[in-house]
Amino acid sequence: MAIKVQEGPKITSYGATSRPSGGNAFETFSWWFFRVSGVALVFLAIIHLILMHVSTDVSETVYDFVANRYDNPFWRGYDLLLLTLALFHGLNGLRIVCDDYISSRGWRVAVVSGLFVIAISFWLLGMMTIITFHRNMNIAQSILSMLGH
Amino acid sequence: MYRGQSGQWSWLLHRVTGLAILLFLLVHIVDITLIGFGPTIYNDAIGIFSLWPIRLVSLALIGAVLFHAFNGIRIILIDFWAAGYKYQSQMFYIVLVVTILCFLPMAYFVVAPIFGVCPQGSCSMTPM
Repeated sequence: MAIKVQEGPKITSYGATSRPSGGNAFETFSWWFFRVSGVALVFLAIIHLILMHVSTDVSETVYDFVANRYDNPFWRGYDLLLLTLALFHGLNGLRIVCDDYISSRGWRVAVVSGLFVIAISFWLLGMMTIITFHRNMNIAQSILSMLGH
Repeated sequence: MYRGQSGQWSWLLHRVTGLAILLFLLVHIVDITLIGFGPTIYNDAIGIFSLWPIRLVSLALIGAVLFHAFNGIRIILIDFWAAGYKYQSQMFYIVLVVTILCFLPMAYFVVAPIFGVCPQGSCSMTPM
């Protein structure tokens, strides 16, 4: 008797999804992205929480605190990486949740397309804030100065 | 086998904490955007994080991030360590203990200012 191999990720009795083999290339990428970004986020997110809530009280994380931090390009890079990995890890998670609960294919495509637009919009907004920040300039002045005006 | 066992609770908690962190992240991206509008607007807006009710929200966020991070490591161990699945429920209890052990000292620093104690030397309970 031939054993029928189930397509797509299989849910085990303890809730983990098994490693995808073959099948949809995007789902395989998604599976790996969750794990690789997840390991990075364990460090990036917890260090971020310690810096903003433990080593400095949140009430002291004011404009000058951020400005001093952003004088160092390392912290801009750190925040860009944290923003990018957290946002796509989180919204990809929400996509999986939508796949689980929306049974109509049409609605699923509509909702996941909406999530994609949200992902790109929030990513651009966050990137813009981190990249254009300039002490004592508002965002419009900063963009103009970056353009050489 | 599954319903009501540790596997179901770890799955549900992972999902709920993940969605809560995502919701906070979207709000956080918007509030940080205000820094592009100068110190007055930014400091006025983020002053809300100093208030005690929002400190409690921060506590929930810290707990959610710690659990999600450590349970994520548990999921990765189940996936990549050949014998990992046998220890999944023991690892779930380790995740809970490590989450609580990391949460308590962090919570002290977040909550102490509510009671007028500043472990970091300077802190404030009201927006500046």
